[in-house]
Amino acid sequence: MPTITVNGTAKEFNGDADMPLLWFLRDDLNLTGTKYGCGAGVCGACTVHIDGVAVRSCQTSAASAAGKAVTTIEGLSADGEHPVQKAWRQLSVPQCGYCQAGQIMQASALLSKNRAPTDEQIVEEMAGNLCRCGCYQRIHEAVRLAAGGV
Amino acid sequence: MLHYFENEARTARPSASTAWIENVSRRGVLGGMLSGAGLVLAMHTSPANALEPLKPYPTGADGMPHKTVADPNVFIAIDPDGTLTIVTHRAEMGTGIRTSLPMVIADEMGADWARVKLVQAPGDEPKYGNQDTDGSRSMRHFIQPMRQCGAAMRHMLEAAAATTWGVDAKLCRAGGHKVVLLDKAGKETGKSLGFGELALAAMKQPVPAQDKLLYKTPSEFTLIGKGTTPIVDLHDITTGKAQYGSDVRLPGMKYAVMARPAVLGGKVKKFDSAKALKIPGVESVHEIEGVFKNPRGFGILGGIAVVATSTYAAMRGRDALEIEWEDGPNASYESVAYDKEMTETASKPGKVIRNQGDPDAAFANAKQVFSADYHAQHLVPAALEPLVSVARIADGKLDVWAPIQSPYGARKDLAEALKMPIENVTVNVTLLGGGFGRKSKWDFMVEAALVSQKIGGAPVMLQWTREDDMRHCFYHTVSVERIEAAIDDKGKVTGWRHRTVAPSIISTFKEDDGYSFPIEYGMGFVNTPFEIPNVRCENGKAMAHTRIGWYRSVSTIPHTFAVQSAVTEIADQLGRDPKDFLLELIGSDRKLDPKALGFPEDFWNYGDPYEAFPIDTARLKHVIRLAAEKAGWGKKLPARQGLGIAAHCAWSSYVATVVHVSIDEDGTFRVPEVTTAIDCGLYVNPERIRSQLEGAAVMGMSNTVYSGITFKGGAVEQSNFTDFAIARMSNYPKKVNVHIVDAPNGTHSGGVGEPAVAPFSAALCNAVYAASKKRFRSMPTGDTVA
Repeated sequence: MPTITVNGTAKEFNGDADMPLLWFLRDDLNLTGTKYGCGAGVCGACTVHIDGVAVRSCQTSAASAAGKAVTTIEGLSADGEHPVQKAWRQLSVPQCGYCQAGQIMQASALLSKNRAPTDEQIVEEMAGNLCRCGCYQRIHEAVRLAAGGV
Repeated sequence: MLHYFENEARTARPSASTAWIENVSRRGVLGGMLSGAGLVLAMHTSPANALEPLKPYPTGADGMPHKTVADPNVFIAIDPDGTLTIVTHRAEMGTGIRTSLPMVIADEMGADWARVKLVQAPGDEPKYGNQDTDGSRSMRHFIQPMRQCGAAMRHMLEAAAATTWGVDAKLCRAGGHKVVLLDKAGKETGKSLGFGELALAAMKQPVPAQDKLLYKTPSEFTLIGKGTTPIVDLHDITTGKAQYGSDVRLPGMKYAVMARPAVLGGKVKKFDSAKALKIPGVESVHEIEGVFKNPRGFGILGGIAVVATSTYAAMRGRDALEIEWEDGPNASYESVAYDKEMTETASKPGKVIRNQGDPDAAFANAKQVFSADYHAQHLVPAALEPLVSVARIADGKLDVWAPIQSPYGARKDLAEALKMPIENVTVNVTLLGGGFGRKSKWDFMVEAALVSQKIGGAPVMLQWTREDDMRHCFYHTVSVERIEAAIDDKGKVTGWRHRTVAPSIISTFKEDDGYSFPIEYGMGFVNTPFEIPNVRCENGKAMAHTRIGWYRSVSTIPHTFAVQSAVTEIADQLGRDPKDFLLELIGSDRKLDPKALGFPEDFWNYGDPYEAFPIDTARLKHVIRLAAEKAGWGKKLPARQGLGIAAHCAWSSYVATVVHVSIDEDGTFRVPEVTTAIDCGLYVNPERIRSQLEGAAVMGMSNTVYSGITFKGGAVEQSNFTDFAIARMSNYPKKVNVHIVDAPNGTHSGGVGEPAVAPFSAALCNAVYAASKKRFRSMPTGDTVA
């Protein structure tokens, strides 16, 4: 049986070969921090890390994550003290909060590969994550803050 | 960097007497009238920590179902360990209200916010008062009852301490989560009892009547107006623990999606579920009867539901359904043709809603005339969280969980739909992943309950896909607004004609006659605050062919877009500065007299009684001057850059916005900066007001530039964020500066969530014109002048 390491724990996956990782996480593992927003890879609410890289879990089959390490918002840090999470709280970024897990996962993946992104790089990296409440200004500042160390 | 939490020095209105002076004068009156009691009060309350009686004022809450409740025993409980539990009865969709209303209680009580625990109320208006979380009215309607709850509980705690100590209650003062004992000179004795220690005794105290209560003055506030309190869900949101509608998990829960008719009023002619039932995980398929009465209310569309063991299986099952639909008469709805029809209607006289003076004569005698049509498309709220609801029926009782703005209305309709007594229905309110008006309508909850009923009451989550959310919405109206102005030989506007043509929200609730209703007229149409002697507002007929609903800012979007674009256009035509011209049109400082101005008899003032919430031109002019000054209005800008301004009074608040536009070589325009000023009276959480106004600019940008819903063959053409575009990190207004006016003490709280969205559209189009001489009169504009 294929296994996927989710937040450090091996999980067996025996579902439909095409089932998006999003629904495996949400419906089978009850990891509800990862959100469904569009199902088309255009809003970023479902962003998780696979082997440290940000991916849209609605566009990634669970089967394709076999043998890989998936990190969700629940596993980003043990205590919620990842610098990105801290920066998000320090600047009081969220409004409704629904897109924020995806935003945080996108931002943390960016900072893990580029510790000092330029403003242009932040915009480029975060432009795929929609926020209908319009928290972009604070998201941008929070990424900058996290990059500088919180 | 951390400026969001800074308690910046705010801008007091120049004419305002300060809060301190006003308090002192009130205390003076009190002392004079009640020499004995007043003396004791004065002894232990220096001006810096004065309490005062408050004269209650009427709000629109009195016109809402179940009005308000101000009973501390309903909203407040204190545990012996000092934990303070506050019930929050309004829905949280991103405004921060779940934090802000409890803050009001805690502050008035003298409680320590760190010891507050919140409980979200289920839908129960007889108990909590109105719960329709829309219309920018949670704070507007509930600040008084929440202050009353807090003040009453403070008195009860003080009375409990007085009994314990055997002293006069006037020597007991609550603050810092304890009651301290004062000596006769008003000094602290060092003796105190914690709220927890007093809890049981305090809860047994009679609840004092409103007119016996003393309230904190602004100088006493510890939470209200400070902007230092983060939202209560902040940690959970950043760690993925916050619970939205789709995060509800019940043992044995099934997942369902539905196929619905593409055209409003469409019906299933026949369907075949054989292929769907072969999909692994699909358990059953059910036809759900739609509501086809007229008016429809929030009646469900009907269709075919697929129940499965996972959301994915349900979606696949739905894809495999074979359904033949019967579209019905709304299949004729075509957006392109409809816009032409509305434009034609707007060119002819309509039903007169407001008439003042003799506009026909003003136009006949005009030296020059301005005339323009402004178009706007349908919009869909498109909260990032698509609609979703969980339902379960057991032992004749229905439990529903949903991200719902109006849990009690939902409960009533659920009871009716399932033919149950209302006391057997429970509506639990989760966090809302955005609302923007769509989640005021509970059709999706009724669907979930009916699907649960079909499967023997088993718990089921009914999930709307993004496509469902876009194609089966209650849409923000589509519109054509015609503005005409008569200008005399001195360049003065002597006549104003505004014709609005838009299918109405009222078509959802009563037989459609094609005309709007007072609530839409009141949103910046009949109440344009200009000092023009001759005004006529007319409404042209437009029948609805889809479900029209509330969308954040509602009819102020088309109305303010038209009126405030026209102001700058006329200023340009006359060679005047748009800001100065806007101030001139508003004219003298005054409170509008609706009768003298020919407002309709049933003029709707955002639900608020006009005497308590009059339209005050001085407040409007102040925010215009403030936004203009802070944005550097009049400064020299590089080529291909420009500033645009717009303002309005809405939801009993005053907002002005200056948008700065910069146009790239290829014609693409960007918004580097937005400056918004708001006067919303007494405000509670300035940090959240800022976030609302930052977000309003982003939503304004989407509404104006990117988003539009169109119909073809009666069906919505868009389906996802690919073709219904919204602003994103690469193109949002980069910097939004928010300025909150410190209104004089006693200014009633106004709305915040909606008022700042609408002015953005005209301000942006005015800025684009200033930068390029390209005038947009049709939204969405697209992002290029090329």
